Amino acid sequence: MLQCYIYIAVCGGTHGNELSGVYLVRELLKAKDIVMEEEREEPASVLMVLANPRAMQQCRRYVDTDLNRCFTHATLNGPISDSAPYEMTRSRELNAMLGPKGSPGAVDLVCDLHNTTANMGLCLIAYSDCDWICLHIFKHLQLSLACWIICDACLLKNTFSVAMEIGPQPHGVVRSNIYTAMKDGVQHMLDWVRLFNSGTIFEAGFVDVFTIVKNIDYPRDSETHNITATIHPQLQDRDFLLLHPDDALFQTFSGETLRYKGNEPLYPFFVNECAYYEKGIALGFGKHSETDVNYILFCC
Amino acid sequence: MSSYSSSARFDEARRVAIFGGTHGNEMSGVTLVNLWVKNGSEIQRKMVDTKPFITNPRAVEKCTRYVDTDLNRAFTPENLSALGEGDLPYEVQRAQEINRIFGPKGSPEAYDVIFDLHNTTSNMGCTLILESSKDYFNLQMMNYIKKAIDPASCLVLLNEHPLLKYSTSRSVAKHPVGLEVGPQPQGVLRSNIFEAMRVILKHALDFIELFNEGVEFPTCTVEVFRVLERIDYPRDANGNIIAMVHPNLQDGDWEPLNPGDPMFLTFDGKTLHYQGSGTIYPTFINEAAYYEKQQAFVTTRRETLVASAIRKA
Repeated sequence: MLQCYIYIAVCGGTHGNELSGVYLVRELLKAKDIVMEEEREEPASVLMVLANPRAMQQCRRYVDTDLNRCFTHATLNGPISDSAPYEMTRSRELNAMLGPKGSPGAVDLVCDLHNTTANMGLCLIAYSDCDWICLHIFKHLQLSLACWIICDACLLKNTFSVAMEIGPQPHGVVRSNIYTAMKDGVQHMLDWVRLFNSGTIFEAGFVDVFTIVKNIDYPRDSETHNITATIHPQLQDRDFLLLHPDDALFQTFSGETLRYKGNEPLYPFFVNECAYYEKGIALGFGKHSETDVNYILFCC
Repeated sequence: MSSYSSSARFDEARRVAIFGGTHGNEMSGVTLVNLWVKNGSEIQRKMVDTKPFITNPRAVEKCTRYVDTDLNRAFTPENLSALGEGDLPYEVQRAQEINRIFGPKGSPEAYDVIFDLHNTTSNMGCTLILESSKDYFNLQMMNYIKKAIDPASCLVLLNEHPLLKYSTSRSVAKHPVGLEVGPQPQGVLRSNIFEAMRVILKHALDFIELFNEGVEFPTCTVEVFRVLERIDYPRDANGNIIAMVHPNLQDGDWEPLNPGDPMFLTFDGKTLHYQGSGTIYPTFINEAAYYEKQQAFVTTRRETLVASAIRKA
C-alpha cells in the first residue's frame, strides 16, 4: 500500500446555515482544547475546521458564492483579484490549510458535514467510485449504522473527499436527533481511521452504492422562470424509494399530477432540497449497485 | 327568536387583503399570492374586494426573511411616522408604503381584514394568530374556519401579551389575522402545507362573504392558546447556544409540558428540565428565525373565549 498513516480533516459550516456540522465541529474543537490542556497529548490524526465562518456568522448558505463549488482545479489555481468572491479567497485558504493531494503534511481525506431539507437520513457522498479509503469507510459505517451511499462523479475535488449529509433538517435549525446522528457518524468514521492507523486489516467485501444518473428541475414559467409545481405529495419525503415510470412526480398549482416519464425505474434523492431551487434541481435520480471493496492492510 | 339587540354590529368587511412574502423565504404565502396576482378568480367573492399583495418583494427576490430588518416587527408608531425616506431601512420604507395603501393603521379608512401568510419550521400545523381577545369578528371567523375544516385541526394562538406582542404588517387592518402553517423549511415549498393554507383561506373568504350578505353568527366559544412567555436556549458567555431542544419536546407543539419534563439537551448529552410552576403548552418550538430573537419556544395556557353574536351593521 502507498499510504502509511491517514490524516483526516472534518469540516463543518461549509454552508453556514447547515447547523449540525457547525455545532458538532465547535464542540469537537472545545473538547480537543480541553484534552490538549489537561493531558498535553500529541495532536491527533484529525484536523477540525469551520470552513465558512462568515456565512456561519450570518447563518446563510454562502456570502457571495457556494463554497462547495470553489474547489475545482481552475478556481484554486486561476488568477484572483481583490474583489473576488469571499468563498473563492476562502477556498484557497482552506486548500493551503488542508494541502493539495500528495503534498507533504496534506490531509488524506476531507469529511465535509452537511444537512439537507430532503428526507435522506444519514447519507455519505463520494466523488468517484474508486477511492479505496472512502469505500472502506463506507463499508465500516454500513455495517453499524443505517446509511445510504451516493457516488457523484460530477463534482471535481482536489483530494479524497466524502460528504456526510444528514436530513431532514431545515436550514438554520439544529434538531437534536439529527445532531446525534451526525455525531455518531463522525465518531464511526474517526474510529475507522484510528483502527487503520493502528494496523488493522480490513477485509474485502461490498458496499451498496447509488450512482447519480441525472437531476431534473421543476416545471417553470417560461417568462418569470418561477416554479409552477411542487414535488407531488406521493413523492415528498420518499428519498431512496424506487420511482417507476408513470409514478406521480409533481403537482401543479392547479392540482394536476405530472408523472415520471423515464423508461426505467430509478431511485430519487435530494427530493425538495431548499438550496437546489436556485440550481434548477427538484430531485436527483440514481441507479443502485454493489461495489467491490478490496482488502487493505496498513504497513510501514 | 330575534337576537338583533344582543348581536355586536360590525361594518361590512368589503376591503380584504392577503399578504404574502412578509418574510421572503416563507414560500406558501409567496407562491399563493403570486398565483392570485396573476389570476385572482379563486379569491373573489361577491361583495368583497380581495387584494393579494407581496409585502416584501426584495426579500422575496433574494429568498431571505428580510433585507435590513424584520418587516413583521416594523409597524411601530415610531417607524410609521419616521422621516428620512430613502435613508430609512428598506423594511421601514415598505411599512410606511403598506400603511399608506392599506391603512392608515387605527383610522376608519384602514382595510377591514388583512390575512398575513406565514410558514414556520415548527410543527404547529395550521395556526391562526389573533391579536385581541375582544375582536369578536375575528373570533367568529376562526370558529367558522375550525368547524369547516373539522376533523382537520386549526388552532388559535392569542398574542395579547403587552411585552411580547409585536407590530405586525397585518396590524394595519381593523381585523388582523395571522395564518401560520408548518412545519416547512424556509425556502422550500411543500405541497401539503401549500394546500392546507389554501383551504383555510377559502373558508375565511367564505365567512366574510356570508357575513357581508347579512348572515348572523350566533354567540360561540373558541378555545385559544394565550402566549405567556418566551423561553430562550441556554447560552454561554459569548451568546452561543449550548443546548438543543430536547428530542422529547421537539415537534411537541401544543402538547402539555409539565414541570420536570425534559426541555433541552446539551451538546454533550445532559438533559435540562422545565422548571416552571405549572403545566404549559409550548409552541413555536425550534423556529429557525427565532434563534436570533432569543426564543427556543413560547409558553401558552389554554383558555376559552366567548364571542358575542355578530351581524353586519
